Amino acid sequence: MNEIKCECGHINPEGTVLCQSCGKPVEGNQHIDGNDEQQLLNMRYDGTARRSQTYNRTVVDKIWNFFSSVKVGVWLIVITVIASGIGTIFPQEMYIPSTVDPATHYRDQFGILGQIYYQLGFHNLYSSWWYMILIAMIGISIVIASIDRFFPLYKVLKKQKPKRHEAFMKKQRVFGTTESSEVDITRFKQNLKNQRFKIFEQDGHILAEKNRFARWGPYVNHIGLIVFLIGALLRFVPAFYIDEFVWVREGETAVVSGTDGQYYIENKDFILETYDENDERFKEAIQKQGGPIPKNFQTDAVIYKRVGEPIPGAEPELEKVKEDSAKMNQPIKFGQFALYQASYQLNEFKEMTFKIHDKDNEDTNYGEFTVDLTDPETEYELDNGYRVEVENYFPEYELNDGEPTSVSKFPKNPAFVFSLYPPGDAQPETSFLGIGANIDASGDNQYKLGLVSFDVRDVTGLTVKKDYTLPIIALGGAIFMIGVIQGMYWNHRRIWLQPKSNGVWIAGHTNKNWFALRREIGKSIEGTHIEEPVDQHEMKS
Amino acid sequence: MGDLLSISSNLLYAAFVMYLIATFFFGGTIRDKKKGRSRVAGNIGIIITIIGFLSQVGYFFTRWGASGHAPVSNLFEYTTFFGMMLVFAFIILYFIYRLDLLGLFALPIAVLLIAFASMFPTELSPLVPSLQSHWLYIHVTTASLGQGILSVSFVAGLIFLIRQIDQSKSSKHTSWLEFVLYVLVATVSFIILSSTFSALNYEATFQATVNGQDTEITYELPAIVGPYEGELVSENAMSPWFYAPEWMHGQNAAMKLNTFLWSLFGGLILYGLLRLILRKRIAASIQPLLKRVNPELVDEVAYRSVAIGFPVFTLGALIFAMIWAQQAWDRFWGWDPKEVWALITFFFYAAYLHLRLSRGWQGTKSAWLAVGGFGIIMFNLIVVNLVISGLHSYA
Repeated sequence: MNEIKCECGHINPEGTVLCQSCGKPVEGNQHIDGNDEQQLLNMRYDGTARRSQTYNRTVVDKIWNFFSSVKVGVWLIVITVIASGIGTIFPQEMYIPSTVDPATHYRDQFGILGQIYYQLGFHNLYSSWWYMILIAMIGISIVIASIDRFFPLYKVLKKQKPKRHEAFMKKQRVFGTTESSEVDITRFKQNLKNQRFKIFEQDGHILAEKNRFARWGPYVNHIGLIVFLIGALLRFVPAFYIDEFVWVREGETAVVSGTDGQYYIENKDFILETYDENDERFKEAIQKQGGPIPKNFQTDAVIYKRVGEPIPGAEPELEKVKEDSAKMNQPIKFGQFALYQASYQLNEFKEMTFKIHDKDNEDTNYGEFTVDLTDPETEYELDNGYRVEVENYFPEYELNDGEPTSVSKFPKNPAFVFSLYPPGDAQPETSFLGIGANIDASGDNQYKLGLVSFDVRDVTGLTVKKDYTLPIIALGGAIFMIGVIQGMYWNHRRIWLQPKSNGVWIAGHTNKNWFALRREIGKSIEGTHIEEPVDQHEMKS
Repeated sequence: MGDLLSISSNLLYAAFVMYLIATFFFGGTIRDKKKGRSRVAGNIGIIITIIGFLSQVGYFFTRWGASGHAPVSNLFEYTTFFGMMLVFAFIILYFIYRLDLLGLFALPIAVLLIAFASMFPTELSPLVPSLQSHWLYIHVTTASLGQGILSVSFVAGLIFLIRQIDQSKSSKHTSWLEFVLYVLVATVSFIILSSTFSALNYEATFQATVNGQDTEITYELPAIVGPYEGELVSENAMSPWFYAPEWMHGQNAAMKLNTFLWSLFGGLILYGLLRLILRKRIAASIQPLLKRVNPELVDEVAYRSVAIGFPVFTLGALIFAMIWAQQAWDRFWGWDPKEVWALITFFFYAAYLHLRLSRGWQGTKSAWLAVGGFGIIMFNLIVVNLVISGLHSYA
């Protein structure tokens, strides 16, 4: 370390531009802050030595200097902004229907551009490795740039003395000289105090300062951002974050996924309310919409906790925890978990009852049987010797290339292939039954199966969340807000007064809002015979 | 209920007129200054502005009373509120800096916003379940206030650019500045065209297939571009010059494109007329009026509004938004287009502050950034709502 001793006696670290104590420009170092090309001093960090501006030899120096550069930081932001914008051109994969294949969806929906978008991986842009790297680099830049600046700035503001070097005074943006023997220093100090300045004195030299804490605002908000990013990062740790989904049918009890079988939920009722079409207020809007507008999605549920260890094959013993309703904006909370109303399926088929009758006469009845659509049996024995075998069951039937298939295992559009065995050893008769379809396979069946009645029920879909990162993320957000308000809503201001043989010199500095600073100086020199200083800054463009 | 609603629309109309009148008084301050330090015109201007603002506040609460929820839930309501917040932000900055000219530019922008808003459906609409939360009011109003304050920096930036850019020769600066003014003129033309044709009850209905279903699409402007494979069914309607390509298959995609084209052409004609009358660049014609403005002061107003608006915007558009999203959609962040564009706005103004504080970007550069920031805000308001669909597309 090559220390620099100033003529005022203060010892400054290597790389200092302006003496920490008196502000005298250090010869040979003025290029660092660009003071050699300017009329005025660059006061951004009070001319203090910063690591990034001092060393540039080793790899560590180079990395440090790269990340501490605001220019680099802004470029990272610009690239992130452009990338983020690109991600909104077409919907991200999570917003396209889950039933379609993204590989063809983007091409079909958005043409050739959509295909390029998909192939470049932009359909998953925000979780792509390069987007993550961009965010991580912004994070590193925030940390390094803050450390590089905060500590030197803190020290220099702590070490500054009221007695300033003449060159420092003259090269301040706001500067003025007064030649007068009637300068009223007491009045000046009182004026400053009235404006809540703190006064420091040294041999008749005055430093008035206020709101130094505003200078820490940027560093506080950067800490907040880092805490926030750490919180976001922790979501990748399974112990901190669970995101599961559970479907429960009305009247059923299901284990809440993601809870290791600890919790169960019973769906007592799912409610979907819509706005009244005749409501005076909203009539017009509802008509324009062309259909009912939903008013409420709600699941009335009971939450149970399992008692004791799970025994394979045995029904778990459950203990009621709470009875509550999950609505949009009002999740059910229990333990560390929360259940959010996320989806629903109205009128899922529960059971269907069929009867056997003569093909040509619907009024005959050779017996009825009921199929539980979530758990159909393989065959149904009827009292009078008839027997029906379920050859095939399609819960959500769809004809795909002429082949009957099931799209899902949920009975939304059930269809069956039944084989009917009449009493005795007669040959079975095969028929296909679905909603609105009743097909005789061979064409010469004697009997026919008919749908007598069915039962439907609603299914509710709830997201299961456990999130320990939320408090961390909230803390980060809070720190950020404090920091940004601290830095933006207060301004650091300093006014220096230097006694001369006949009169005084006055100079002022603020980190922002120069008009307001000049107004304050104007107020503080009222009635003191000090002349108003001038703003030496010239706006070039 | 109906009465409250009509009181509400009258209050909005009154506010609209007040803002227009106040604009003229602020315009009068240009002459005032020449005579001396009279503040009469400026004082009257700000008083009328405040009365207009209070009237709009009246509109807001009466409409709230009529619908039972804060009127910030569709594009009309939100954009109107945004205009109101712009006026509010202007009032705040007026009392900090007493810059009369700010009113001459801020109020017309607010008037444009409110007029623009009225082109969208204005009937009361019920709240879907995800919007039924107090966070709707908290999040939307704070975000909008933030955007309003940030927009003042655009207004100040625009004044700065018109005042400072060298108009003696053509440059990138002059061209871009004319472009910005052209966009404002095109907005005016959109408003004129839409209200004219809607007063005439013009309709052109097309029969077209949208997502495999036969649909009727009704244009309220004559069709320059018809829907893909659409068939005009209305009589006495202009047949389209061409049809939209296949990939524009959204329900109203072609209609929106049509409106956009009309605004562009209308804007070109209006702009061309202005140029013909003025015989020089629009900015060059305004420039002499701004001679007495102190560019340093305008620059500081622009910066100050970012400094004030940035924290408010962050709180409203990101933090409150996250809290609400966590409640309504079980995740605080979902990369929905509107969220992403709010993040982009945040990043953009963060870059503005860094460039200004650490790299000394002041004056022209800073003013251009302020203009760009407003562009992003408007993009998020209009394009994201009307073109890029997502969870927030309530319009």
